[in-house]
Amino acid sequence: MSFNASAKLWQKKDLLGIKDLSAQEIGLILETAESFKEISTREIKKVPTLRGKTVVTLFYEASTRTRTSFEIAAKRLSADTINISVSTSSVVKGETLLDTALNLQAMEPDILILRHNASGAPNMLAKALRASVINAGDGFREHPTQALLDMMTVREKKGDLRGLLLAIVGDIAHSRVARSNIYGFTKMGARVRVVAPPTLIPRGIESLGVEVCHHLLEGIRGADVVMALRIQKERLQGAFFPSEREYSRFFGLSRRVLEQAAPEALVMHPGPMNRGVEISPDVADGPFSVILDQVTNGVAVRMAVLYLLAGGIRGEDLH
Amino acid sequence: MSSDSLEAKLIMDASGMRRALRRMANQMGEKHPGAKDLALVGIRTNGIYLAKRLAREMEAIEGIPVATGVIDVTLYRDDLSRGRPNPLVKRTEIGFSVDDRKIVLVDDVLFTGRTTRAALDALMDFGRPAMVELAVLVDRGHRELPIRADYVGIQVVTAKEESVVVHMQEAGKEDEVLLVGPGWREET
Repeated sequence: MSFNASAKLWQKKDLLGIKDLSAQEIGLILETAESFKEISTREIKKVPTLRGKTVVTLFYEASTRTRTSFEIAAKRLSADTINISVSTSSVVKGETLLDTALNLQAMEPDILILRHNASGAPNMLAKALRASVINAGDGFREHPTQALLDMMTVREKKGDLRGLLLAIVGDIAHSRVARSNIYGFTKMGARVRVVAPPTLIPRGIESLGVEVCHHLLEGIRGADVVMALRIQKERLQGAFFPSEREYSRFFGLSRRVLEQAAPEALVMHPGPMNRGVEISPDVADGPFSVILDQVTNGVAVRMAVLYLLAGGIRGEDLH
Repeated sequence: MSSDSLEAKLIMDASGMRRALRRMANQMGEKHPGAKDLALVGIRTNGIYLAKRLAREMEAIEGIPVATGVIDVTLYRDDLSRGRPNPLVKRTEIGFSVDDRKIVLVDDVLFTGRTTRAALDALMDFGRPAMVELAVLVDRGHRELPIRADYVGIQVVTAKEESVVVHMQEAGKEDEVLLVGPGWREET
């Protein structure tokens, strides 16, 4: 039996954002993830691929879904996992991110998964560390694995991303999920429309190749995929919109509103949801909701990313 | 066949492959009369085609269909941590319970035995077969593990640096087995 080496396709040490990936690299991750999905349906949900590798998750922000998903993914590949949450680490004693990371590096982990509220924090660590760094969400910048699992879910349901129209509704300005999805879906040949009040859309976003719309019904008209973003209640303090109730009235996804989208349009949400604010319960649990498929696919995508980063010859690309 | 000056030696043509598979199916039938509880699992990629062909031969001999499955051993390889390139992961599809079944793993070439070892590990993650046998179209020697095939199409003496290339109709080529030297490149 011969093996098709994909090392020529995957040369990267780190996964820092979708912006850095080519359509070919995104395609490779998605194809690999589709194969990995089968492992989670087995009675024994484990393969020995990353035996002897150490994966550290370092989360400076609260997260249940992403951290658990990464941990399950690593464990299904037989890696050893260590979870560090900042509230119980030396960070509370004043240690800097770089010092924390260098101390972890001294214990020779293979992969470090970082979530941080500062945009660019994973890029800084990637330069400083021998270990591969995965960005699990940094500030308002990127959340690459979320976009990859979103693309995987749409591809699974619609067959191909090319020619589809994705409408992202909500707080575009503060959303790393929106940014990564814009990069990903446009690279894979889809059209993206962002829908939000003007206060929640960053100036110049059209330069990323997206359409901008400030009216919900117009914004989701003909969309094949409608993605609602979480309204972060803390933003209410910043007066980006008058009230939760008003936001829900003008930008909340309801069954009636969804009639404007294409027939059988998929409904997505990266979670956690504010039911009754950005999405009504009957839409969240409705027949076209793929919100739980997104969570399932998250494990497969993260297994694929860990696999591609953990093996292979990167030669010159190594720091 | 070859795009440079290096020769490729034909060691099995289409009729030879047909005869070899028929003989292997007959041997399987003798050992497993009625093909009771038998299933053939092909190792990607040529192993899948060979498993399907063997299953058809078995059906012709025994008169009952024989289940086939597909196994991808990429995730069970023992060289990922040795800095080798990441091979592309493909799907494993075993649509039946392997518990208490007689499984024949099918591959095109048996060389070091490491692929077979990986396939055994992968299979065991699906359950506990009653027994596992190995069928290969070509046994070229140079084993690095204590593994042998139960059904062999052809045994070939090779040098370690040579390669055995199996072409099959299902992959858009003419059925044939070639022995090629280092540096031999295939026209695409």
